[in-house]
Amino acid sequence: MEHHLILRVVTKILVGPILLYALYVQFHGDFGPGGGFQAGVIFAVAFILYGLVFSLRQLRELVPDRIVHQLVAIGLLLYAGTGIVTLFLGGNFLDYNVLSDVGYKGQHWGIITIELGVGITVFAVMLSIYYAFAGRPPQLDDKDW
Amino acid sequence: MELTITLLLFFALVTTAVAIALLRNLFAVVMLSGVASLLAALLFIVMDAVDVAFTEAAVGAGISSVLMLSTIALTARHEKIPTRSSLVPLAIVSLTGMVLIYGTLDMPNFGSADAPVQTHVGPEYIQRTPKEIHVPNIVTGVLASYRGYDTLGEVTVVFTAGLGVILLLGGIGRRRRRGKGQS
Amino acid sequence: MDRIFNAEFALGHMNYWLFVILMMTGLYIVVARGNLLKKIVGLNLFQVAVFMLYISMGKVSGGTAPILIDNPNQLYSNPLPHVLILTAIVVGIATTSLGLALIVRINETYGTIEEDEVLEIDHQMHADEVAKVEKLKPAKLDAS
Repeated sequence: MEHHLILRVVTKILVGPILLYALYVQFHGDFGPGGGFQAGVIFAVAFILYGLVFSLRQLRELVPDRIVHQLVAIGLLLYAGTGIVTLFLGGNFLDYNVLSDVGYKGQHWGIITIELGVGITVFAVMLSIYYAFAGRPPQLDDKDW
Repeated sequence: MELTITLLLFFALVTTAVAIALLRNLFAVVMLSGVASLLAALLFIVMDAVDVAFTEAAVGAGISSVLMLSTIALTARHEKIPTRSSLVPLAIVSLTGMVLIYGTLDMPNFGSADAPVQTHVGPEYIQRTPKEIHVPNIVTGVLASYRGYDTLGEVTVVFTAGLGVILLLGGIGRRRRRGKGQS
Repeated sequence: MDRIFNAEFALGHMNYWLFVILMMTGLYIVVARGNLLKKIVGLNLFQVAVFMLYISMGKVSGGTAPILIDNPNQLYSNPLPHVLILTAIVVGIATTSLGLALIVRINETYGTIEEDEVLEIDHQMHADEVAKVEKLKPAKLDAS
């Protein structure tokens, strides 16, 4: 895609706002539509767009496979870990009321933490799936399209 | 008015689906499946499911198209002309469809407030969420708190599917190829 | 039978019938088409039809999206189907990508993604295997 100047410039402008929007969707999910699942996908889309327009090699330098694969597990561990913490604080598994003195504040903390876990896992899974597909040697040339 | 929009969008969606069935150029099929996802997202908005519409638009039209295009780049661009007759599948499908339509005859009208779905747990979530969780988006409240255990399971499924793709296409093949290159 | 020709009944159930048509189009693609990628697209259509069925059940006429607003008399649609389907969509894309990964591996092994050709190659390989065993049999008998 080296000859597509407009695509490259537009991508450079767009990637930042997409990442910002993903963070908005992630942390504003309690108030409007959104949450970890959507935010994770949108966050991954920004990186995939960068990889499509520039090159997979550049994207892999920016976010190495190792880190993405670790993030896949870290998100799920964050989610399950929240459940374990509530167990140790004397509540049921994933009962967020015990996280704070005022019940609903505990709920807010719990929801934000587990949504973050969901977001990280979904983001990392989507990105590693893209890496897996794009990393294979293609059978069609750019011109065949 | 709402019903008209729903039906209109639906006819567009069904037309797209039929076009997908008839076309043999896989690139066009993938693009049309993205269009179908966007139409589905619009339908979800008409039916008040904004969160679902959001997800469908991001996942169905975004990621899914990219993955299918990568698959085309790795495999083939055209579907071969089918050799089998399509009469038997057509018969099976119409029979199944008729049975399913017969099943819907007992269902309550679309949008009726006294349907069994609306009279049990649904209203309770709507009443309890502002008191117990204090978040305006009830979907988030149910997803993350009341049914947090379910969501943990779903995230585990996503995790496992990602693991499967990494194992199928990722590291192992590359390592083998690299090993060959060295020897 | 008269019920079906009642306009109110027909309009109230039109949605479900259209879902069934969409679902059956997806099923037809899965059953009748031999191309594996197209089968996946068909499965996705089938899946979307199921999602629609769930979401349409949660709809209440006159209701709005289940995000609380200040008006206490506001009617909301049922949030529960939304929660189920939201997670199902993300799980759906994860499993779809697993299927696509399998297609890529099938193409690397067989050189085709048409179901008929894959089956033909499988039968051919089986026949070759049987022929090889047949050839070895007399030799083994002689040795014993």
